[in-house]
Amino acid sequence: MDEKLLLDLKDLVVHYVTDSGTVYAVNGISLKLNQRHSVGLVGETGAGKTTTALAILNLVPEPAGVIKNGTIHVDGNNVLTMSEGELQKIRGKDVSMIFQDPMTALNPVFTVGEQIAESIRIHEKVSDKEAMRRAVEMLEIVGISASRANDYPHQLSGGMKQRVVIAIALACHAKLLIADEPTTALDVTIQAQVLELIRSYREKYDTAMILITHDLGIVAETCDEVAVMYAGNIVEYGTLEDVFNRTKHPYTEGLFNSLPNIIERRSKLTPIPGMVPDPTSLPEGCIFADRCSYATDACRRTAQEDKWLSDTHMVRCSRYQEPNFNVKRKIER
Amino acid sequence: MAGKMKLKNKDSSFWGEVAKEFKKNKGAMIGLVVFSLVIIAAILALFVLDYKTQITKLKLAEALQPASWKHLFGTDQFGRDIFYRILYGAHYSLLIGVCAVTISTVVGSVLGILAGYLGGIIENIIMRIMDILSPIPTVLLAITIAAAFGQSLTSLMIAVGVISVPSFARVARAAVMTVRDQEYIEAAKSQGASELQIIVSHVIPNSLPPIMVQATMRVASAIISASALSFLGLGVPAPNPEWGGMLSEGRNFISTNTNMTFFPGIAIMITVLSVNLIGDGVRDAMDPRLKR
Amino acid sequence: MSETILEVRNLSKFFSTKKGLLHAVDGVSFDLKAGKTLGVVGESGCGKSTLGRTIIRLLEPTAGEVYFEGQDITKLKGKTLINFRKNIQMVFQDPFSSLDPRRTVAQIIAEPIHLHKLAKDKADVERQTLALMDTVGLAHRWHNTYPHQLDGGRRQRIGIARALALQPKMLICDEPVSALDVSIQAQILNLLKELQEERNISYIFITHDLSVIYNFADDIAVMYLGRMVEKAHAEELFRNPVHPYTKALLSAIPVPDINRKRKRIILEGEVVSPVNLPDECRFKKRCNMKCDKCDNGEPTLKEVAPNHFVSCWLND
Repeated sequence: MDEKLLLDLKDLVVHYVTDSGTVYAVNGISLKLNQRHSVGLVGETGAGKTTTALAILNLVPEPAGVIKNGTIHVDGNNVLTMSEGELQKIRGKDVSMIFQDPMTALNPVFTVGEQIAESIRIHEKVSDKEAMRRAVEMLEIVGISASRANDYPHQLSGGMKQRVVIAIALACHAKLLIADEPTTALDVTIQAQVLELIRSYREKYDTAMILITHDLGIVAETCDEVAVMYAGNIVEYGTLEDVFNRTKHPYTEGLFNSLPNIIERRSKLTPIPGMVPDPTSLPEGCIFADRCSYATDACRRTAQEDKWLSDTHMVRCSRYQEPNFNVKRKIER
Repeated sequence: MAGKMKLKNKDSSFWGEVAKEFKKNKGAMIGLVVFSLVIIAAILALFVLDYKTQITKLKLAEALQPASWKHLFGTDQFGRDIFYRILYGAHYSLLIGVCAVTISTVVGSVLGILAGYLGGIIENIIMRIMDILSPIPTVLLAITIAAAFGQSLTSLMIAVGVISVPSFARVARAAVMTVRDQEYIEAAKSQGASELQIIVSHVIPNSLPPIMVQATMRVASAIISASALSFLGLGVPAPNPEWGGMLSEGRNFISTNTNMTFFPGIAIMITVLSVNLIGDGVRDAMDPRLKR
Repeated sequence: MSETILEVRNLSKFFSTKKGLLHAVDGVSFDLKAGKTLGVVGESGCGKSTLGRTIIRLLEPTAGEVYFEGQDITKLKGKTLINFRKNIQMVFQDPFSSLDPRRTVAQIIAEPIHLHKLAKDKADVERQTLALMDTVGLAHRWHNTYPHQLDGGRRQRIGIARALALQPKMLICDEPVSALDVSIQAQILNLLKELQEERNISYIFITHDLSVIYNFADDIAVMYLGRMVEKAHAEELFRNPVHPYTKALLSAIPVPDINRKRKRIILEGEVVSPVNLPDECRFKKRCNMKCDKCDNGEPTLKEVAPNHFVSCWLND
């Protein structure tokens, strides 16, 4: 099947310049995504995931945020060099974003039907009546009955609000959907509903997706590929098989080990020792070395590079220059 | 948050950080400097100038003189040196500003805190009284108090103070209602703290910022109110050189001796402006802290 | 065999709202043995937080009793109540709002010590505070800092140190790690586990995150709309869930393992609010295993296997 390359993000570097120093939010990452595929962008707070997502829409907040380097091609066009007018055309239409907190993403003074209709009207030349008709259609697709189109956000529950946010994001049948922690604020049974909804929608419309989350479980259920981010770098990247069953990077291993697991009941969890580094003063060598149980002196001194272990699997760890090195995690099938 | 924490103990206290932010604000610092000069002038004037000879003595021979080296701002219709009167008059505005606002802050905040924390009937009673008090015009209240207690600086202070009580009560109540729902209040209760202990140790310190902002801003309006009331003849009585009163007296000479209205007007304006700048500075300095 | 430290009998907490009576907690009963952990799980609106707060009397119970070491604590008043508070303390969810932003770490931890006059003098307060900081793994250098200068994990440790200051026999932990990053969660959970082993503290651990509770609890109780629908030993609950809601809940948890294929049960509809509930099983509307009996009012908790209780007409 000839799959189009939808997103080609190369060497992205984003800094935030603040009073207390420059925050090195994203430090040279590259990402490719084909139509119909989905990649999970995994990492903890401060890893740079949301900044990356905002960069794709060229929405990095201006006074503080500076895109120092990189190109982001969406469907062949470099988003970072587009004019504001051109950007407005693709935002919401070709590339759509679902933000994390549904409480604040909706405008409290407009009905939910109105808000969905508005995003349709912005991008397509349709009459108000037609836009509203499609808005109601979207509501039903996300599992909300048409009778609620005239309700205001505060009349809906958290789960329903998030589904409205999704409806707005999907209304124009975007080619690329960026979902930033779309289910973090939701109950687990509602989360299951929402993820199922996104999955079936994507199947129907061939939508590609970047799913930002800290939850490896969600990645396992919804994504084809995984990119693990730490302190502004992608430290491991690959297919689900690669990253889950043939884990390479010590941080990824640490993440798996610190997760409570409902398959095996261990009485003690193994957290990753130490803390995320200060983003205003990142070390020279490997940024994870301080917390890594495999770190050597060379690790702390050497600037890290991407190493491709196969066509699909990349790891950013200088210890893999050694012929027989591997992290301990082994998954028996 | 980041791994390496910058350790500043005293500076990182709430007030330490507020002071730091305030100092960064140029407008606020200018306001602070100017206001300090006004205070110094007021204090000096009270000690250096003699009320009987320099402020109120009639010297008709020197009446209505323009600005000169002998009389820096000229003289009024009674030959009194306007410069000295302005300096001397500073203390009225400052006293009213400070005292009136102190009254309204203390009374208003106590009522607001009680209303916000205790809720129920008490809250209803207090807030309804505030509602009744709010629409009363300052002038009307001043006349009533002056009629009851006689026209004086004290009456003026009480009138201006009482007028602002509702706004403090509302601000305090709103602040308390936010604080009341925080988990650290529940934590204190779960440890066995009494209501009073909670109000004193936790509610009041955390409700202070909006009250403080309100207070600094109210000083400016108190000064204006005082001047306005004196202008109308309800405030500090003649021959006391209250700036508003001086403005009023200067009205009849406005086309010939503009210095009689100009200088008191400028004095009011500069003082109020500096207080406003301080107030804005305090509000801005506290703002990011409020979001924490 | 450890002693039973807490017995909750038909505990209810109702709130009057404009729409009617909200049955936040509705007739909950359970026992807790000393040194053990009871996990209380459920989604929003199930009443688990209200349950915790009612047991500790931050909220006054509408009905029912709570026996702590044999004594009914729902009837305590005044000084006896304040004195009793030393026995059960709470660890709160939000590491931001559970600490007074105007007080230093030391002041926050020392507050309960001052309240109950547990120290002889200033030096003693200092000594106890530092000891508590050691217990929870907080470096002494944070002693005079303010909460906003520290990260979520450290703030939660402050909350735990504060809760331990009165040397309680029991801790109610209300979502203590939900607001923390995954790697920090593990650190805090390990800390809580160590404390339990060293001091024989009993825990009621309230959470919406089933995977966290599986590792941590001895018994788990599942709540839905104010009622306890199932209670069993942790492994038993996960291996043999009986109540349809428990089954759906378990199947909804995303598991970070791509080698297992699971059938997910997707529930219909929304979680409603427990206001003016009709007299039928409150899970009926979303249940995928309904039967005729489900209209007959609320089912009661029955023991279907040793130490395994379920409230469902299918098992009646």
